[in-house]
Amino acid sequence: MAEEAKSQDLPPLVTRKPVKTQEELDLLLADKGVRYYKELEVFPVDTVALKKTLETTCKSRIRTWLEICAHCSLCADTCFFYLANDNDPTQIPSYKIQSTLGELVKRKGDVDTQFMINCMDTAWGKCTCCNRCGMYCPHGIDMGVMFSYLRGLCFSQGFVPYEMKIGSGMHWIYNAQMDVTVTDFIETCEWMAEENEEYYPGLNIPVDKPNADIMYTINAREVKHYPEDIAEASILFHLAGENWTVPSKGWEETSLAMFAGDWAGCKNQVEWVYDAMDRLKPNRMVVTECGHAHRATIIEGPYWAGIKTGQTPVPSMHYVEWVLEALETGKLKIDPAKKIKEPVTLQDPCNYIRNGGLCDVTRKIMTYIAEDFREMQPNREHNFCCGGGGGLNGIGRYRKQRNIGLKVKRDQILATGAKFVVSACHNCWDAIRDLEEVYKIGIKWSFLKPILLKMVIVPDHLKPKEEE
Amino acid sequence: MYEFVSGPFALISFAIFFIGIIARIVWYVKGLDWQLDRVAYSEKLDGGITGAARSLFHWLLPFNRTTANHPVFMAVTYLFHICLIITPIFLVAHVVLIEESWNISWFTISDKLADYMTLAVIAAGIFFLIRRIVEPNVRFLTTAWDYIVLGIAIAPFITGYIAYHQWMDYKFWLIVHILSGEIMLITIPFTKLSHFVLFFCSRIQIGMDYGIKRGGARGRGIAW
Repeated sequence: MAEEAKSQDLPPLVTRKPVKTQEELDLLLADKGVRYYKELEVFPVDTVALKKTLETTCKSRIRTWLEICAHCSLCADTCFFYLANDNDPTQIPSYKIQSTLGELVKRKGDVDTQFMINCMDTAWGKCTCCNRCGMYCPHGIDMGVMFSYLRGLCFSQGFVPYEMKIGSGMHWIYNAQMDVTVTDFIETCEWMAEENEEYYPGLNIPVDKPNADIMYTINAREVKHYPEDIAEASILFHLAGENWTVPSKGWEETSLAMFAGDWAGCKNQVEWVYDAMDRLKPNRMVVTECGHAHRATIIEGPYWAGIKTGQTPVPSMHYVEWVLEALETGKLKIDPAKKIKEPVTLQDPCNYIRNGGLCDVTRKIMTYIAEDFREMQPNREHNFCCGGGGGLNGIGRYRKQRNIGLKVKRDQILATGAKFVVSACHNCWDAIRDLEEVYKIGIKWSFLKPILLKMVIVPDHLKPKEEE
Repeated sequence: MYEFVSGPFALISFAIFFIGIIARIVWYVKGLDWQLDRVAYSEKLDGGITGAARSLFHWLLPFNRTTANHPVFMAVTYLFHICLIITPIFLVAHVVLIEESWNISWFTISDKLADYMTLAVIAAGIFFLIRRIVEPNVRFLTTAWDYIVLGIAIAPFITGYIAYHQWMDYKFWLIVHILSGEIMLITIPFTKLSHFVLFFCSRIQIGMDYGIKRGGARGRGIAW
């Protein structure tokens, strides 16, 4: 009784608004999701608002997709969730979208709490918005696009997984997906430069340098958990002789807001990065080895920011594009003797392969770094999601479903015979790490940066003096 | 009755059909929104046209992975649609009727070929029906409307076949045939049969999406 009374005094955790204050965020973080999901079970649906949102945002493209679906089931075997769940018909993309968004549109938003919880569980727990099904539908129905739209509807109604609510809130409060401040970022850069300067004389991480050739942006977790990634990037830029900089404000290119369906948050986040482009006027931007960040900031971002051409203010490229350019122009030279000798395979991240067209780039890089490169089947645009995309890696509520989904990637990797997976994407990297943890198939996995650092030739003039 | 179904009702159904499909296309195009869809349709029209053309080419012809993965179903589907469109438009009896009414005519196919193509439509229709009942996944997705729509689509072919071969009361089956054709025309704009035009809209749209924004922006035509 006492506890009930106490919880009634607390401000609600579930709301229809994004989290925008530290106080709200702290409250959410302390909850660990327990009270949050309890509140969600009885949280009312604002059917009037939902109806209005559908009227203004659900236009002919999505309505047509929902209407002309022929229920032919050709999308079934294109979905890794369907395959991983032993051909469970409730995992057929067509069924998943028709029973959620399809019903929602049919009923003009007149749905109840349980319906919305089912929408949430389907939109985040049974779809990673990998967009693979859309490539196989004869009618060109892209269910990934529709699930992303459904996520937006769910978010606007407060029906969003706990971690996604937090992620979106982080972006509002920190302009980053984690509680990393501008000071944290700059200090980490200074620290990493100092740590490595001994081995790479002259190494530094230029902050806010105007008119540089490259403005480099990253993923907040590199600051928080993998600062060596920032060090590796700086060393490679240093060895390549690049004129580069990082912006003190606008350094975070990821968007958990996109995974959460918080469209206002998405706009807010990318504008932070675009403002840095306007302020520092670099020739171009390079984003770190992250898939969804590339999708959010380069592919989708301009539309959120209202840029009619759909292009970022300065030309932008994924890290793999910069790597290939550096290898092809000879800015980075590989010691052929140090190429990877063992069989190695390559993960194609949905967000910059299927949705970004970079499959040839990563393959050309493999010819520089690997002697025995083996393709997964299927590959390139047809590759399967790692199993953890769309924010799924981070959501505790769907951990079991995520782990089942990983089986498809596990089997793809095993079939190559390679025990080493190159993954130039944070999300895929995590999923592959987790699949090793769950299924113990004895594989290693890596970003490109550490691989490159092991085999790149350091020009004589950049070597430490002791060695001369 | 014959006069009514072949006269004013025919005109009404053609009117509903043509106005209906044009309205669907206009509604579709007007509903596209560069910012909501996140595709720079007009700003990047070049990439859009290339992407749309690729999308249509790979799916109007069997050059796509779905055909490779499901060859039997896709072969039947292609055959069904080709015969369903060509037979009624180029059938001698239909062209003659139009010539008598409006004094315009065009190329025709032989009655023998039309007969085979009609049988192909009916056979494919039965294949779809059996697949809907037997294949667990398809059965799971199927609603009553899927059966109704399939019935509407193949009814003119079954009744036309019976009427042409004069197996039973010719006059009766001719009227039923004309009526079933008119029902199909009328229902096209209002049911899933609207994919008659919306297939093209959808394929062009997703082609533009890929051509402008996804792989196309990097010069990589999507591998349909």
